[in-house]
Amino acid sequence: MSILVNKDSKVIVQGFTGGEGTFHAGQMNEYGTNVVGGVTPGKGGQEHLGKPVFNTVSEAVAKTGADVSIIFVPPAFAGDAIMEAAEAGIKIIVCITEGIPVKDMITVKEYLSDKDARLIGPNCPGIITAEESKIGIMPGFIFKKGSVGIVSKSGTLTYEAVDQTTKAGLGQTTAIGIGGDPIIGTTTLDAIQMFEADPETKGIIMIGEIGGNLESLAAAWIKENGTKPVVAFIAGETAPEGRTMGHAGAIVSGEDDTATAKKRILRDAGVHVVDSPADLGSKMAELLA
Amino acid sequence: MNLHEYQGKALLKSFGVAIQEGIVANTPEEAVEAAKELNRMTGTDWFVIKAQIHAGGRGKGGGVKIAKSFDEVRSISDQIIGMTLVTPQTSAEGKLVSKVLVGQDVYYPGASEPEEYYMSVMMDRQAGRNIIMYSPDGGMDIEAVAEKTPERIFKEEIDPKVGVTGFQARKIAFNLGLSGKSLKEMTKFVVALYKAYEGIDASLFEINPVLKTSDDSILAVDAKVTVDDSALYRHKDIAEMRDITEEDPFEYEASTVGLNFVKLDGNVGCMVNGAGLAMATMDIIKMSGGSPANFLDVGGTADAKRVEQAFRLILKDPKIKAILVNIFGGIVRCDRVAQGVIDAYQSIGDINVPVIVRLQGTNAVEAKALIDNSGLKVTSAITLLDAANRVKEAV
Repeated sequence: MSILVNKDSKVIVQGFTGGEGTFHAGQMNEYGTNVVGGVTPGKGGQEHLGKPVFNTVSEAVAKTGADVSIIFVPPAFAGDAIMEAAEAGIKIIVCITEGIPVKDMITVKEYLSDKDARLIGPNCPGIITAEESKIGIMPGFIFKKGSVGIVSKSGTLTYEAVDQTTKAGLGQTTAIGIGGDPIIGTTTLDAIQMFEADPETKGIIMIGEIGGNLESLAAAWIKENGTKPVVAFIAGETAPEGRTMGHAGAIVSGEDDTATAKKRILRDAGVHVVDSPADLGSKMAELLA
Repeated sequence: MNLHEYQGKALLKSFGVAIQEGIVANTPEEAVEAAKELNRMTGTDWFVIKAQIHAGGRGKGGGVKIAKSFDEVRSISDQIIGMTLVTPQTSAEGKLVSKVLVGQDVYYPGASEPEEYYMSVMMDRQAGRNIIMYSPDGGMDIEAVAEKTPERIFKEEIDPKVGVTGFQARKIAFNLGLSGKSLKEMTKFVVALYKAYEGIDASLFEINPVLKTSDDSILAVDAKVTVDDSALYRHKDIAEMRDITEEDPFEYEASTVGLNFVKLDGNVGCMVNGAGLAMATMDIIKMSGGSPANFLDVGGTADAKRVEQAFRLILKDPKIKAILVNIFGGIVRCDRVAQGVIDAYQSIGDINVPVIVRLQGTNAVEAKALIDNSGLKVTSAITLLDAANRVKEAV
């Protein structure tokens, strides 16, 4: 078991023939992901990396039975690409694109509200079920099949957690990068609820940062319902107020979204908060021992 | 991107939002001309002279003054242009004022007392929708209102399918205690304001105060406008309004080479790939007894050119005692990053502070060997803990 994606997931790539799409589709193939084709409007009928290219997502779904899509479309067109995937019946939409205007994402969120589709991202590294299916841009070789579920706002901090849990001999079930934008599809809480329900996931690592209240919402749920150990790190203890720290959503705008406040709220909920990201793996190993 | 008051107001006006009229001036002479023009346009014979900087609280620092004659317009403008304005929102060094906005007097006496309200538009992250936040207590610090009398702050969530509706705009006007002409004016004001917010891809509007004049007109007297950087590609005219003199020179330079950089006040520079890891690295520096001098995300392609640009930027700060390079190599191989660091180091030549390079991920061991055998004064580390200890030794 795992969550959301596994070796049976059939994946299409939107923005298939572009530079990023080509490179990462190749890497995903190499990892063993079942990439069944891709979409580039105007290039339908061609073949790329040995897979069919379609003009529309609907056509790709009809011909390949794809249920997952990964989007490498430039920011000006990415919102549209997400909606096209949802309309075509794609169940899991992973959007890697960074820099989508907020106004577009408000529209996308509204559009998805009555569709049977889950968005992951945007501005995220994607999702991976270790040794089964990589739908993202993460370095596959650091993952090892195991027992820890990881949810994170940050790409490279996810890799830290993965690397440490692999070296601690724990391995991972699934790792989800939810992205650092102000409007995202899958939240920290969504991921934690799924990890709680997954029998193979024994422990959960949550990586958050300043800005927003996703961690607080997750903490409230964990306090009432959590049964598995959760280890958390919140980045940005030293970030100044009112400045955006790289991720569009990483900005302290009140007392409740500082790293200090989030850590306190998580600790109150029984979450094991580490002050250094170097301790994520060892803390989890200690709890699962 | 932040705009000046005069730029924000011009944009509001273009969407039909009623504003306090004004003309921007770079010199006292231009200010007098502006005042004469305003007098012809609006009949005003008092004027307000407002320093144009990207910070609030200008009145408290002496950057907003009333002029009751053209002579006073000249003398006050002369005083404000060229002054270094310190407000609660600027740094202690303050900001140099190079422009003033000459505005019409809107607090003239009349049938009713003028009233000030607060209104802002922003995205509510939890709802994923825009909201209009407003309060009858305008003209003062809204944080103070939120703290003392939170019941006097109202919020209206906007459905993205339809935008702000007529009944919502009326509800806002009623909650502000308006009736008759001022109610109709406020309804129009709210609808136009929201149209402007969507029209320019704004990420924040803060109008404080919104004024009900003594003859029941509704006007924006101030305008704090922030535009979504990600949407500037479709607003070329607004992108051109960027005022680089308002930005930190280091940060501006970084932005021209595509580096994501925020200047901080510490003594350990850092260069990291990924925003989350960059923040975490700053935290680690603090835990090791140093304090971070910057936030810097070099992005996914940490090649020699970018590493060199980043080094040069960090080294411009004389307070730097050490530099920590923290890269998790995924798709980018660590040995290539290591080579980039070595090339950049040699190209710059005289780096007089210890450099600690922590490379983890693909080919990390090869990368460490490259650094260790380079003959440079660079310390290598593989684990985060290791890197933190090296920083501790350096500071």
